[in-house]
Amino acid sequence: MGAIGHVTPQTQRFDAPLPLRSGAQLAGYELVYETYGRLNAARSNAVLVCHALNASHHVAGTHAGQDRSEGWWDNLVGPGKPLDTDKFFVIGINNLGSCFGSTGPMHVNSATGRPWGADFPVVTVEDWVDAQARLLDVLGIHTLAAVLGGSLGGMQALSWTLRHPARVGECIAVATAPNLSAQNIAFNEVARRAIITDPDFHGGHFYAHGVVPKRGLRVARMIGHITYLSDDSMEAKFGRSLRNASGAGRGAELAYSTQDIEFQIESYLRYQGDKFSEYFDANTYLLITRALDYFDPASAFGGDLSAAFAAARDKRFTVVSFTTDWRFSPARSREIVKALVDNRIDVSYAEIAAPHGHDAFLLEDPRYHGVLRATFERIARQVNP
Amino acid sequence: MSGVTTEMQLMADQVPAGSRVLDLGCGDGALLAHLQQAKGCSGYGVEIADDNVLACARRGVNVVQLNLEEGLALFGDQSFDVVLQLQTLQHLRNTEKMLRETARVGRVGIISFPNFAHWPNRLSVVQGRMPVTRTLPYQWYDTPNIRVGTFADFEVLARRNGLAVLDSFGFHAGRAVRRWPNLRASVAVFKIARG
Repeated sequence: MGAIGHVTPQTQRFDAPLPLRSGAQLAGYELVYETYGRLNAARSNAVLVCHALNASHHVAGTHAGQDRSEGWWDNLVGPGKPLDTDKFFVIGINNLGSCFGSTGPMHVNSATGRPWGADFPVVTVEDWVDAQARLLDVLGIHTLAAVLGGSLGGMQALSWTLRHPARVGECIAVATAPNLSAQNIAFNEVARRAIITDPDFHGGHFYAHGVVPKRGLRVARMIGHITYLSDDSMEAKFGRSLRNASGAGRGAELAYSTQDIEFQIESYLRYQGDKFSEYFDANTYLLITRALDYFDPASAFGGDLSAAFAAARDKRFTVVSFTTDWRFSPARSREIVKALVDNRIDVSYAEIAAPHGHDAFLLEDPRYHGVLRATFERIARQVNP
Repeated sequence: MSGVTTEMQLMADQVPAGSRVLDLGCGDGALLAHLQQAKGCSGYGVEIADDNVLACARRGVNVVQLNLEEGLALFGDQSFDVVLQLQTLQHLRNTEKMLRETARVGRVGIISFPNFAHWPNRLSVVQGRMPVTRTLPYQWYDTPNIRVGTFADFEVLARRNGLAVLDSFGFHAGRAVRRWPNLRASVAVFKIARG
C-alpha cells in the first residue's frame, strides 16, 4: 500500500445564497476541500467522504511541512487501501460553520464587518449536504459512485440518499444513527452549557475580547471523549491507575487531594481537553452539536423512518456498527437497516464486535475494513468496467 | 456457479423465479448469489459469523449480520415470498420461535435439517453408539447440532405450532427422496406456511 503524500486544500467561493433549513440563508460562502485520486473520463468514480464533529476536509494524506499531519481517515483512504484512490476520486469537504477553513463563525460577516461569532446561522445536516452538492456541481460531478461517512458523517451520507437520490449510487453509513436519543442530546447539552457559561464566552462574541472560552471547550471535549470510548476500553487503557505511581514494589501513593489529578483517566481527559481547546472554535462546537440534535429524517414523516427512506428506493446501502459503541449503538443502526428492508432496498449490515466503542469507526479492524474493501471493490467494478 | 452443491441446487429448485428471498443462516451467500443470477431473485441473507458476512460482501450479496436467536424483528410480516432456513435449525436454541418467525415473515418457509432417523443413524444407535456420518460428521461431545430431530418429529412440531406443511421430502446422495424419507434420507426438507 502506498501513501497519498502531500495534499493541498482548495477553496471554492459561492456567491449564490444558500437557503438554510431554518429559513435563513447564507449570502455567500466558501468551502474548503481536498481531493485524492483521479476523476475518470466518465466522471463516475467520485466518492464523497463526510466528516464528523471534530474533523475536517483533510481526510487523508499529509500537509507539506507539517509533522504528523495525516488525515483523519488515512488508514482507510489511499492507494491500495479499502477506499482505493487508484480507483476512486475521493473528495473531503469542510462543512459550513466549521473552524477549519470553510465559512464559519470565526469569519467576517460581510453585512457587519465583524466576525459572525454566535450570529452564524444555525446549519443542519441537510444544509451541509446541499452545500456539498453545489461544490460537486462546480467540480463537474453529477453522480457520486458512493457517499461515505461515520458518526455525524454517516448522517450526512444517509441524508444524501434522501435529498439528492439521483446523485448518489451507494451510501456507506458507519457508526451512526437515524437521530439522536435523549441521552445523546443530554451529553451535547452539557457540553454546550460548559462553553456558554464560561465567562470568556461573552455570548459567543469572545473574538472581540481577545479571549477563548477554553475552560468550557475543555469540559465539552472531556464529556465528548467519554462517549467515544467504551467502558471496557477505558478500563483496559486506564483502569484505576494512578498518575503518581511511586517506585517499583512500593505501590502507589494517594495525594488525598480533591483538585489535583490522581487517576490516569483524569490526566488523559484533561490532556485531550487542553489539546482541543487550543484549536477548536467554541461557536463551531455549539453549531455542530446542534446539527447533530436536529438530524431526524423521520420527523417529516410522523416519525416513520421507513416512509422517509422511500426516497432512497433504488440506492444501495452498507451499514456498519460496533458492538461496544454506546453513543450510536448497533440498535440505532438496525433501525436504519429496518427502514431500508421495509422499502426492499439493497442493504448489507455488519455488526463488528470491536472493543473500542464509538471510536472504532476511525480505527483499523480487519473485519470492518474487510467489509468496506469488498464494498468499494464491487463499486469499482461497476464504475470502472 | 461457484460453491453451489447439489443440495443447494435442489433447494434453489424449490424457489420460484423472481422471488423475494430471505436466507436465514446464508453462509457465504453462494445460494443467494445463485438465486439472483440464475432465477432473478432478490432479498437478503442473514448471518452471524464475521467471515461469512465478509464472503457475502465480496459476492455482492445483501447480508444482514444478526443473531437468529434474537428473532426477526427487522423483517415485516409476510414480507418475503420464500424464507430459507437450510441446515440452520439444528444450531438454534429457540427452535419453535424461529419456526414461527419464519412463517410470520415468509409466505413460504423452506427448512432443511439432518434427519436423525436415517437408517445408518438408527443402526449406529442400535449398536450403542451415536452416529458419525457425512451429514452428522461430529462426535457427540463436539457437535454444534444442539437439536437433533427426525423427519417424523418435525411433522409433529409443525402441527404443534399451527404450521401447514405444503410439501416435504428427504434428500440423500444428491437426490430427493420421496419414498420413506424418514428411513431413507439423511436430510429432511419441509416447505411450510402459516396454518
